[in-house]
Amino acid sequence: MPRTAQSSPSGPAQNVLTFTGVTKQFGEVMAVDNVSLAIAARSFVALVGTSGSGKSTLLKTINRLIEPDAGTVCLDSTDVRDMAAPALRRRIGYVFQGIGLFPHMTVAENIAIGPRVAGERLPQSRIDELLDGVELDGSYASRMPSELSGGQRQRIGVARALAGDPQVLLMDEPFGALDPVTRAALGIRVRALHDRLGLSTVMVTHDMAEALLLADRVLVMEQGRIIADNSPKELLGGAGGDTAQGLVSVPRDQAKALAGLTP
Amino acid sequence: MTDILDALLGLGDKLAAHVILAAAAIALGIAIALPLAVWASRSQPVAKIALGFASLVQTIPALALLALFFPILLSLRAVFGEGLPTLGFLPALLALALYALLPILRNAVTAREHMAAGVLEAADGVGMTGWQKLRMVEAPLAAPYIMAGIRTAAVWTIGAATLSTTIGQPSLGDPIFAGLQTQNWALVLAGCIASAGLAIIADTLLGAVERGFAERKKWLIWGGGAIALLGIAASAWALRAQSNDDAVVIGAKSFSEQYILAQLVGQRLEDAGYAVEYRDGLGSAVVHNAVTTGAIDIAFDYTGTIWTNQLGRTDNPGREETYQTIAAWERETTGTRVLGRLGFENAYALAMRQDRAAQLGIVTMEDLARAAPNLTIGGDVEFFERPEWIAVRDAYSLKFADQRNFTSTFMYDALTGGEADVISAYTSDGRVAADKLVIIEDIKGAFPSYDAIVLLSPDTAQDAKLVAILEPLMGAIDVDAMRRANFAVDRLDNKKSPRAAAEELARDIGL
Repeated sequence: MPRTAQSSPSGPAQNVLTFTGVTKQFGEVMAVDNVSLAIAARSFVALVGTSGSGKSTLLKTINRLIEPDAGTVCLDSTDVRDMAAPALRRRIGYVFQGIGLFPHMTVAENIAIGPRVAGERLPQSRIDELLDGVELDGSYASRMPSELSGGQRQRIGVARALAGDPQVLLMDEPFGALDPVTRAALGIRVRALHDRLGLSTVMVTHDMAEALLLADRVLVMEQGRIIADNSPKELLGGAGGDTAQGLVSVPRDQAKALAGLTP
Repeated sequence: MTDILDALLGLGDKLAAHVILAAAAIALGIAIALPLAVWASRSQPVAKIALGFASLVQTIPALALLALFFPILLSLRAVFGEGLPTLGFLPALLALALYALLPILRNAVTAREHMAAGVLEAADGVGMTGWQKLRMVEAPLAAPYIMAGIRTAAVWTIGAATLSTTIGQPSLGDPIFAGLQTQNWALVLAGCIASAGLAIIADTLLGAVERGFAERKKWLIWGGGAIALLGIAASAWALRAQSNDDAVVIGAKSFSEQYILAQLVGQRLEDAGYAVEYRDGLGSAVVHNAVTTGAIDIAFDYTGTIWTNQLGRTDNPGREETYQTIAAWERETTGTRVLGRLGFENAYALAMRQDRAAQLGIVTMEDLARAAPNLTIGGDVEFFERPEWIAVRDAYSLKFADQRNFTSTFMYDALTGGEADVISAYTSDGRVAADKLVIIEDIKGAFPSYDAIVLLSPDTAQDAKLVAILEPLMGAIDVDAMRRANFAVDRLDNKKSPRAAAEELARDIGL
């Protein structure tokens, strides 16, 4: 599945996101340390690292949930600070581990909230379409979040993120709290949506297996810096250095061990 | 039981006034607390200061908080002009609103603190502006908790509003204070039942609204709210129908004699076609300022009280000169007119049971001073703070084994029941004779004289017709007549209402 810049419709590779010297410090801790990076339109990028490596912080500088101390982040070559934060966030889908469905709103109201705050009413047909996109039927529309399982809730979270036809989808440990079966299924589903809708996706995860299986490009972070930037194939072929290989070895060893157990 | 029922049925306008006062105070409390809570949720120092202040207010006894607004508003007249009311609705409203602040503020702030972080992150993530986040997420999620706070505030406010009687605001406290003073328990119970009933109804209605918010049932929110508003509207309508700006307002301190005098004067004025309103149960400290500032039109006071508390004098030049000095002082400094003396004195005096005094051989204050180290003295709630007591104590070097405070009604019971050996009695009190008490002779004249006088506010003093109606009362009431009237109200059997006692007093003195 070689999907990098070449699939862009406008010919030469276009960068949807550009980081230049982005730095963020929390007290003594350097969360993001002078990161410069470009992300091509329609690519699916995974940001991998251990806890505290700065991956979530870097992700949140895109939709300005965190403002960097130095450096710039550009969306379509416009500095994100030049846009009002609410307007910027309406162009970006955001899915995170906490899900954050509004408990006082129905599923349909949750899904329609982004367009609603932008002054737009989402028709029922569109809500059904979004529910269908995350493999839930229309009967879920009138339910309350408290009536749903964790996996169903995160499906709604994904539908809500996509309701405003965003160009970019940001995901912060989106499947971290889900059981392995749901997690695998939802991962595949999101990747399919990414392809179908022509999204540019950045996913933060600590799970290298998930990154390798879903992404086109894997960035490994450590102490606020990007220490590896490779395709899944390259990583599996041994590229990326020791830290990256340390992360890759975990699923690889598990796969071997499982293969050994197969009768 | 029928007494209580009758008393309850007579409380209509007090209830209406109570509802309006409590509702306005809660509304003002909400109007201050909610914006403050929003600000507090965005700033830690603001949260600390606001909650600290609200908690501090809560530690002030409600009675004191209400009374404190009188001097505060008086000093604010420098800014807002003489038209600023210092008694009645405004100070009661402000004090009660402050009191209502804490539960609403605390619940709102707590609700915001405990809101799921993920939900707030999602609100930002989907592109809500600050205002949208407040309106669509924070407010609806905090609403049930805020309603719970409003419920608590409502119950507190309805209870505390009974105390606004002391600053001249009609409320369900009127029957409670009047009944406590005259030992009319039916009246006390009626006031308590009405106020408790009102609190329960308010709590139930607001509870329905709270449940409506928590369970997202719109009909509960609108239904509960609508019934509450209907009750408030009905009260406002009832008050509108009877409010009268031209009415003559007669103030009375919280004891029987004052209630009777107010009724005596009120009846004369009503007969002459005046509209009359009564502000019964005013704090003693409040009355003088109330009449000089025109918050009430007519008040009854005692020369000795004004002598020590207003003029700050401790000497005793004799009865006549005290009176003349006060009349001149009022005319020159406050513009208040001292219309004249009613004819009797209600002096502070120390009294004992006859048998006990005889047993200890006490006739004069000097005898008392010798026996004092083994005796307990009881005083009304303000007695031991009054300059008169301090003067008397020092004049005779009185040192008692113990001193205790009672309300003026219970003071007599304390004496007959042996809880106190000596009390600060009032010479015009019917119970002095009825309880077989002996007044201990003040041979040094340390207590000033306490001629009962009538004060007219500066505006009312101009009303020649009113002055002409009141003039026949001057010098007309001797101490025995006043004692009989007081006792008719204070005695436990065959009690009379202050109004009935006033009618009898009028016949008694030949009016």
